[in-house]
Amino acid sequence: MTKIDSKIPEGPLAQKWTNYKNNQKLVNPANKRRLDVIVVGTGLAGASAGASLAEMGFKVKSFTIQDSPRRAHSIAAQGGINAAKNYPNDGDSVYRLFYDTIKGGDYRSREANVYRLAEVSNSIIDQCVAQGVPFAREYGGYLANRSFGGAQVSRTFYAKGQTGQQLLLGAYQALMRQVHEGNVELHTRTELVEIVIIDGKARGIITRNLITGELERHFGHAVVIASGGYGNTFFLSTNAMGSNGSAAWKAYQNGAFFANPAFVQIHPTCIPVHGEFQSKLTLMSESLRNDGRIWVPKKKEDAEAIRAGKLKPTEIAEEDRDYYLERRYPAFGNLVPRDVASRAAKERCDAGYGVGATGLAVYLDFKDAIERLGRDAIEARYGNLFQMYEKIVDENPYETPMMIYPAIHYTMGGLWVDYELQTNIPGLFAIGEANFSDHGANRLGASALMQGLADGYFVLPYTIQNYLADDIRTPRMSTDLPEFEEKEKKVKDRFKKLLSINGKYSVDHIHKELGHVMWDFVGMARNKEGLQKALDRILEIKKEFWTNVRIPGKLEGINLELEKAGRLADFIEIGELMARDALNREESCGGHFREEYQTKEGEALRRDDEFAYVSCWEYKGDDKEPVMHKETLKFEYVELKQRNYK
Amino acid sequence: MEKNINLKLKVWRQDGPKAKGRFETYEVKNISTDSSFLEMMDVLNEQLIQEGKEPVAFDHDCREGICGMCSMYINGHPHGPDEDITTCQLHMRKFKDGETVTIEPWRSAAFPVIKDLMVNRNAFDEIIAAGGYVSVSTGGVPDANSIPIPKEAADEAMDAASCIGCGACVAACKNGSAMLFVSAKVSQLALLPQGKVERARRAKAMVAKMDELGFGNCTNTGACEVECPKGVSITNIARLNREYLMAKFKD
Repeated sequence: MTKIDSKIPEGPLAQKWTNYKNNQKLVNPANKRRLDVIVVGTGLAGASAGASLAEMGFKVKSFTIQDSPRRAHSIAAQGGINAAKNYPNDGDSVYRLFYDTIKGGDYRSREANVYRLAEVSNSIIDQCVAQGVPFAREYGGYLANRSFGGAQVSRTFYAKGQTGQQLLLGAYQALMRQVHEGNVELHTRTELVEIVIIDGKARGIITRNLITGELERHFGHAVVIASGGYGNTFFLSTNAMGSNGSAAWKAYQNGAFFANPAFVQIHPTCIPVHGEFQSKLTLMSESLRNDGRIWVPKKKEDAEAIRAGKLKPTEIAEEDRDYYLERRYPAFGNLVPRDVASRAAKERCDAGYGVGATGLAVYLDFKDAIERLGRDAIEARYGNLFQMYEKIVDENPYETPMMIYPAIHYTMGGLWVDYELQTNIPGLFAIGEANFSDHGANRLGASALMQGLADGYFVLPYTIQNYLADDIRTPRMSTDLPEFEEKEKKVKDRFKKLLSINGKYSVDHIHKELGHVMWDFVGMARNKEGLQKALDRILEIKKEFWTNVRIPGKLEGINLELEKAGRLADFIEIGELMARDALNREESCGGHFREEYQTKEGEALRRDDEFAYVSCWEYKGDDKEPVMHKETLKFEYVELKQRNYK
Repeated sequence: MEKNINLKLKVWRQDGPKAKGRFETYEVKNISTDSSFLEMMDVLNEQLIQEGKEPVAFDHDCREGICGMCSMYINGHPHGPDEDITTCQLHMRKFKDGETVTIEPWRSAAFPVIKDLMVNRNAFDEIIAAGGYVSVSTGGVPDANSIPIPKEAADEAMDAASCIGCGACVAACKNGSAMLFVSAKVSQLALLPQGKVERARRAKAMVAKMDELGFGNCTNTGACEVECPKGVSITNIARLNREYLMAKFKD
């Protein structure tokens, strides 16, 4: 059995990162110039890592499937980024941010990683301000903060409702500066299709040029996967249409462990589904829960009348409204963590109190906030979100409550990495959403941006040196080596096979089918029977895909359907592994809710004695069952408790 | 309320950058008025695939109006007839049953067509690479609260920074000018103390790159501001002109 070594440094929790940095190996400037680092993805993690490594003197090759690094889906993050600055003097500290993140993740993440994340969080804010990121400010000229779910302090920095955009543009500009300096070789509209391993180490990638269709080979002394999450397995999610799990999946197929694939975050505040042609779901920022109150009608007949279009929400009297989050969780109220809020919405809708035409929606109401603060104040805080809502739904949220429902948003699971963010394949690193490391079974709001930038600006640039220091005598390798040759041939054969199927159904058609199975059985509530059914159905879908998909066009030139098909082939397999992992984890924790394991009040029931581990799946071949290894989680500094937001 | 409509689509098809383009006409039926314009395009493509034809190539990604990837010229307007939104946020309730909708790519010398409705906007990245940043490397920066910034300046910088780099301003401009795009970045950074240090160098470098890449001149028609999905103001262009003149004056 492969040994799982998380490489956590010695010493007390607060000293580990400092100890690591004091003792790690470094690469001198003259040698950095001789080392190539491939970075796949240009979101917050990829762009910040690419820029930082290039600034230090490494030669970076940066890849994105979009036409520009600025398009990565990090751009869509709305609400904000956490840091332990304690500017509002409300009792925050590095320890508290660490503690909230561990607790929010339902005690399924590594203490040392999470502590480091909290520790570097403050440097991120400093860095972004220095880049000219226009964070919101108070009249005195100092930075403003707001609160987010799962925290009792205000530690979230924001730039209107476009925080992700502004942080990404900061990282993008830093990256473009290095492109200008000649330290970054940028490949846009280029997709990773294989990873090349030479003598057990990651040494390069095969890509497809999405314009010419040509397969290309690239060498790197190390390869960094920063390609985001796999939420689009569900077809409908808040992810961008192009977001995919394929780069991470290629890593898995080459032997990298895939950790906690079942841990998926369902975001409570999204615009509900409208119909069968729906292509994606739009998120309404969690920050709205600062001022909006969530409710459904108290009486079933009112809910029924609303669904039939006979009653308006504004006509329901105050005493006939059930503010169910405030009722169930008085301490945190509308600001409970995302998994708790999502399940509570599902519970009310399943019980027959849902609103909207489909009954799959709850209200998010700003009436009280508008009365208390005035319409102008609400507009200043959330104006762009309200406008977005009105454009999509055609209702004015200043006058009538918003309708929201949970949707797939983020994947906590991902490539297994050690403390150095290195997978179990030497030289292959994973950062940002693509790895599993910091969020456990549930991510707190405003922590994705924090983790992406922590990994890219302040962690990887250190830890990758510890690896590359042993590689300074390795010359750049030729891409004519048989390992490159062999991988390119494998890719070409796969594409040829896809194009030769010429069946009945479009890629989207099959993807929607997969999405339904995932949402019904591997979604917000899971059980043994359903998961077994999902595994059977996914196998059927896999077969259907490989015998009956229709992809027009050729390998040469632009072929958008072929791109989608390659990604869907991987999504199907990812979905299978998610169901397998969910079936294995016989407990409820964070975003993973097994109906068999709940308290009398319907809260998630963790089983720490048996499941306080990271499930690390090892690929054993296309038709073979994967093998699971356990990384046992040791908690030395926090006491494991049932999460309580009451 | 939701209803279903039928439409006739006149779509620009072009096989490659050098190929000759043409309009093709298609019909789509039973489109829900609650669906988005791109969802309507998905229906068209599904139909084309079923007919054994090649689907229409168009750029899109986030479908929530922030990535700046979608880029269609619809009935003579970049991002279509609605205001302050991108194509992906345009909804079919803005169209009438039986209407003919004309869909074209951005047309501008600096944005060559790649295929059908996809264009190459790398020129924007090149302009940013020329100087659209603060030259600060990771680490070694002061505490974020060490320099207070007046709220008004921060807010104004944020408004300028909300540009999504979609290129609608260039597509809308009869001269194909990129002044709104360039001025938004120059303004954002010139308004903040962190960006003031290299403001002269930045304005000159970005304008020089813009001219080099074949964008036209600004003649103050204001079309860019009208069509900008994020409402970026042309007062930024005035600020860019001032920044540029001041920079040149110092030479």
